[in-house]
Amino acid sequence: MGRITLEKVQKKFGEVEVIPPLDLTIEDGEFVVFVGPSGCGKSTLLRLIAGLEDVTGGEIRIDGQPATNLPPAKRGLAMVFQSYALYPHMSVRKNIAFPLKMANMPVEEQNRRIETAAKALNLTDYLDRRPGQLSGGQRQRVAIGRAIVREPSAFLFDEPLSNLDAALRVGMRLEISELHKKLETTMIYVTHDQVEAMTMADKIVVLRAGHIEQVGTPLELYHTPRNLFVAGFIGSPKMNIIGGETAARHDAMHIGIRPEHMDIVESGGSFVGKVGVAEHLGSDTFFHVHLAEMDEPMTVRATGEVGLRYGDTIHLTPQADKIHRFDKKGLRIA
Amino acid sequence: MATEHSKSAARIMIAPAVFLLLVWMLIPLCMTLYFSFADYRPMRGVFDAWIGFDNYVRFVSSSSFLSSVGTTLWMVGGILAITITGGILLALLLDQPMFGQGIVRILVIAPFFVMPTVSALVWKNMFFNVDNGLFSYFYKFFGMQPYDFLSQSPLLSIVIIVAWQWLPFATLIMLTAVQSLSSEQLEAAEIDGAPPLARFWYIILPHLSRAITVVILIQTIFLLSIFAEIFVTTNGAFGTRTLTYLVYQRVLESQNIGLGSAGGIVAVILANIIAIFLMRIVGKNIDN
Repeated sequence: MGRITLEKVQKKFGEVEVIPPLDLTIEDGEFVVFVGPSGCGKSTLLRLIAGLEDVTGGEIRIDGQPATNLPPAKRGLAMVFQSYALYPHMSVRKNIAFPLKMANMPVEEQNRRIETAAKALNLTDYLDRRPGQLSGGQRQRVAIGRAIVREPSAFLFDEPLSNLDAALRVGMRLEISELHKKLETTMIYVTHDQVEAMTMADKIVVLRAGHIEQVGTPLELYHTPRNLFVAGFIGSPKMNIIGGETAARHDAMHIGIRPEHMDIVESGGSFVGKVGVAEHLGSDTFFHVHLAEMDEPMTVRATGEVGLRYGDTIHLTPQADKIHRFDKKGLRIA
Repeated sequence: MATEHSKSAARIMIAPAVFLLLVWMLIPLCMTLYFSFADYRPMRGVFDAWIGFDNYVRFVSSSSFLSSVGTTLWMVGGILAITITGGILLALLLDQPMFGQGIVRILVIAPFFVMPTVSALVWKNMFFNVDNGLFSYFYKFFGMQPYDFLSQSPLLSIVIIVAWQWLPFATLIMLTAVQSLSSEQLEAAEIDGAPPLARFWYIILPHLSRAITVVILIQTIFLLSIFAEIFVTTNGAFGTRTLTYLVYQRVLESQNIGLGSAGGIVAVILANIIAIFLMRIVGKNIDN
């Protein structure tokens, strides 16, 4: 079980309100990702749930039980830190055993759980090493091992992959996703990387300055961003936001078109511009197109190889049903 | 960077300092060695340049030798115990955010700047004195018989005085160690269900182990040569005669330079044994 509800949870550091009162429900077994730019309060929110910070106001419930004033240890949650926070003077085995030892679990049961976790995480050969003798990915796995042996009601991850190199990050992303499928335990995952959010989450919570901008599945956020911020934040490369007359023609303050929803046509497109920098990824090519009516270049995705060169004139037409329209306040027009 | 040329230049430039240090240390050491094999009692006009190991045999076999070694160990051990436990506790306390942190930290370090003789005299006359010491005042205030620290438990009194002087040093080293502990480790332990005492025992103390060995090593080296505090307070009476003090007495009070020098050499050898032993522990600790 691991249903976590936040009711009007608020956090102030002195006079500064980091998290204005917010409501959020995390269902049992969900993989929820908090995503947002740095300083948006996502880590603070996680620490409030973990109990490492005290809430200024509001109520946190775990499985219906009030947990607002419970110490972290009593909440039945496990946390994986960005720096892994392994105990450097203990062997891997002792690191993983630490929460069990603190719970006064019988040694046989401890060993059984450690063996199971070590097998699942490929750590069996490293149990007698110290954290300092392991690679970054292995340390990350030890931290996860220390979390899973406790069989917590929910896992909290605080940017766990940001210290790994790109290749390892993709691998660990898969491992964590698989772990979630296998354990079916609630997981809350904080990241600033929207790719991690999109690939792993059942539900994404987009945060900005402590406010929840939108909650939804990755595809909901992709297809129907609630406002300009979410539209710009989710999706890679970023959505093209166009204002002015072009937007007015669509009865909107701003319109947004994703690079992948812009077609290159021979002539007579909605936009005409000059090709700038091209990024060739092999499968796709991203063109930065400079338009007369926009300051910023527009990004356009072309599949495969296209015979366009720097400085060529290009005609573009957006896919009509994929245009996102936003009103004066930046909210989506349905 | 270090080319052959700059290496030799560096050698030439540090040569005077090395030479001075060598002279400074080697001449007294050689003279002590020389006197330790001589029967040299200037007040009686006796000088016999070679009497073999007689001085050593006499020094080591006298009843005061073993008792002084015991006293030295008790003193060093007691001071280490007080400074290390006190240092760790003070460091944990000073690590807490509080008002006027900077000033408090400077005040805590202050005893380290007081000269040994001065601090011993202050303790002797202002705190331990039976008639008008601060402690006697407290005893009288609660209607009790004042306790004469320096004559009833002299060894403890000296331990207290020296521990007071060295506590700031231990605190300072421990504080820097405590501050270098990542807060995420403590938070992880908190989430893992470790209560405060368990966090101290399993996380903070192992983290401090290196600092503790450094403090033990450095303090032991200095504490083996405590002199001023004993000289000023008890004059080596009432079982406060350490090895260092015994050597002093042999040389200056008995006016037997040969015997004292032999004692000095014995003390040097003992101190080196302890130092090597400690260095091994520290080396092992720093490797991990």
